Amino acid sequence: MIQLLGWGDQGWGDELVRAAGMTLAVALCAFLLGLVVGSGGAAAKLSRFRALQAAADAYTTVLRGIPELLVIYLLFFGGSGALMYVARIFGHTGYIEINAFATGAVAIGIVNGAYSTEVIRGAVLAVHPGQIEAAKAYGMSRSVMFRRIVAPQVLRYALPSLGNVWQLALKETALISVTGLVEIMRQATVGAGSTKQPFTFYAAACVLYLILTTVSGLGFARAERWAARGVRRA
Amino acid sequence: MDPRFMWETLGKLVEGVPLLFQLVTVSLAIGFVLAVLVALARLSPLAPLSRAAAGYVFFFRGTPLLVQVFLIYYGLSQFPEIRASFLWPFLRQPYWCAILAFTLNTAAYGSEIIRGGIQSVPWGQIEAGRAAGMSGWLLMRRITLPIALRQALPAYGNEMILMVKATSLASIITLMEVTGIAHKIISETYRAVEVFVVAGSIYLLINFLLTRAVKQVEWWLSPHLRDAPGAAVKEEAALVH
Amino acid sequence: MQQRLIAVVAGLALAATAGAAEAKDWKKVKIATEGAYEPWNFTNAQGKLEGFEVDLANDLCKRMKVECEIVAQDWDGIIPSLTAGKYDVIIAGMSITAKRKEVIDFSVPYAQTPAMLAVLKSSPLAKIPTDKNYDLDKNKAEAEKQVEKLKAALKGKVIGAQVSTTHANFLEAYFKGIVDIRTYKTTEQHDLDLTAGRIDGAYASIGYWKPLLAKPAGKDLVTVGPTFTGGPFGAGVGAGIRKADADLKKMFDGAITAAAKDGTVKKLSMKWFKFDITPEQ
Repeated sequence: MIQLLGWGDQGWGDELVRAAGMTLAVALCAFLLGLVVGSGGAAAKLSRFRALQAAADAYTTVLRGIPELLVIYLLFFGGSGALMYVARIFGHTGYIEINAFATGAVAIGIVNGAYSTEVIRGAVLAVHPGQIEAAKAYGMSRSVMFRRIVAPQVLRYALPSLGNVWQLALKETALISVTGLVEIMRQATVGAGSTKQPFTFYAAACVLYLILTTVSGLGFARAERWAARGVRRA
Repeated sequence: MDPRFMWETLGKLVEGVPLLFQLVTVSLAIGFVLAVLVALARLSPLAPLSRAAAGYVFFFRGTPLLVQVFLIYYGLSQFPEIRASFLWPFLRQPYWCAILAFTLNTAAYGSEIIRGGIQSVPWGQIEAGRAAGMSGWLLMRRITLPIALRQALPAYGNEMILMVKATSLASIITLMEVTGIAHKIISETYRAVEVFVVAGSIYLLINFLLTRAVKQVEWWLSPHLRDAPGAAVKEEAALVH
Repeated sequence: MQQRLIAVVAGLALAATAGAAEAKDWKKVKIATEGAYEPWNFTNAQGKLEGFEVDLANDLCKRMKVECEIVAQDWDGIIPSLTAGKYDVIIAGMSITAKRKEVIDFSVPYAQTPAMLAVLKSSPLAKIPTDKNYDLDKNKAEAEKQVEKLKAALKGKVIGAQVSTTHANFLEAYFKGIVDIRTYKTTEQHDLDLTAGRIDGAYASIGYWKPLLAKPAGKDLVTVGPTFTGGPFGAGVGAGIRKADADLKKMFDGAITAAAKDGTVKKLSMKWFKFDITPEQ
């Protein structure tokens, strides 16, 4: 077992650790994309425009209602086609390639975005109206009010749930192994198949995931404490 | 997109729905019982019990379900000792491996939801129970758990939806539920996008109905939170005061 | 205004044709393989693709004077991804069958390996005697008699095959309702279940079983019964190419024929399979 998971040409250890780096990179891109999409989604849900609200509702309902695996498959097989279709309208006829990394990051990103939308929306609604009123009474402009009053509180309210959304992104990366991207899950499957030692490899994968989720969990806990530094505790 | 092909596909994919339901209901039912036990263990004053429960939750929430499925299905079968044991008649079958993985997974998430519910039970309620002479299991059964479960229901509803989606992973260990059949149709027609769109719609519909059902149960379980007839008027009156 | 519009349209049309012409100029070819079908193609402990087909593809590319990139793609999506344009060629132990030909085109075959059943040595099925090859096209009646014999022997058993393969199609066509057919994402996965005893047997090509059985990982397995070719198994293993790329197909046809003629295919075959899988000309 030690030999199998060792470093170098015969061992799979270095490959697995490199794959963990890939997992982290995809998860990070997906999470950030999800935050951008989620902020937009939350803004749409909280806007006065019915059409925007309906669109955002449809987005969160659909993306949270179908299995992530299917979203990834759809984007993988249909993504280039859809993009080329749009591009053809603008006169571009060549093949547009979306690589496995981008497919994975975008697929998990838009799924994550649906969860982020709800989290950010909830956090915005949690800001006490009295706070806004007070800011207005002080004569703050909208941008100053957003920067000084709304944003810091939204961040504080949203962080714990965003931590969960990040963990989801991290774990969903396991599904993009179907696109051929060499992340932890794919590397473990390749190793398991080639050596016929599945337990060893999937257990190693578990350890790597646990390290990633635990370390990033600690990071989020720190960020939460930082964001809540002005809050009095009973 | 070819509507006739998609209609035929729908007919074939629907055949996978009963298996999907079985996987979801069996895993959720056993998972719920296990979740309550784990939550109680987690809150228990006995340190080893509490620590074991925490470790279990840590493992199953910290790793992807896909790895858990593989670890149980392909991983355990690597050992001749397990293949010779009394567990093998179960672990031999992909169906029970899927149930085992889904149950252990949902119980870990569920226990955290229930633990949150138990901790959110207002202290006054428990005090009132004590004042009425209840304690221990009786207090748990009559006061704490009913309130905790009511509190936990919305979050548990989300967990159920996650479980419906998770069953799509059963296809990778040879089970022929909706996604498994989708793969088979694609292997015969090579039309991936259309098949996955239809499959996705099936999951979406199931989850939509499930969400409705959970909302309905929430409504039934909270008569005390509903406005009594004329409540709005009273509220306004209170505001005027 | 109108003139300007015409100019824009003309420009776009020009750009479009230029793009199309560029795509047809095969300087770079992207080839997909599965990377989980040892020794045809597999991923080694350094994470690199290796195997008979990787060597063959490199040789073919040298002959065609094109630059090649070989990528790994999961088997169950390998044809949809080709038609979606993710790569240009499939070289992944894929048999040339009528059904696949409805969707994509194939080069001339570069390998021919019959299908065979593998079971656990300890299984009662291990007693099925090995037999010669039967072709389901050329010698249909006799081959189907063999299938009937197998049906009796395998009744009620669980038999595995990789999804979307000729082996899975063969089981569907002849054994549906008689055996419990299980399909797997990779051949490696049905091996794991076969050695674990979850399934009673698995169908794959002899070019897959022979090398595996010679390794420690395959020490518990044995191949039994007759081998089959033709019918659902198609006409040998070829390179899958989009129907629109007739020029690319011509290039591969030429290179494969040359590689078979000068003995390169045989040489690589002996290196990886220890027997010759060059198709009959």
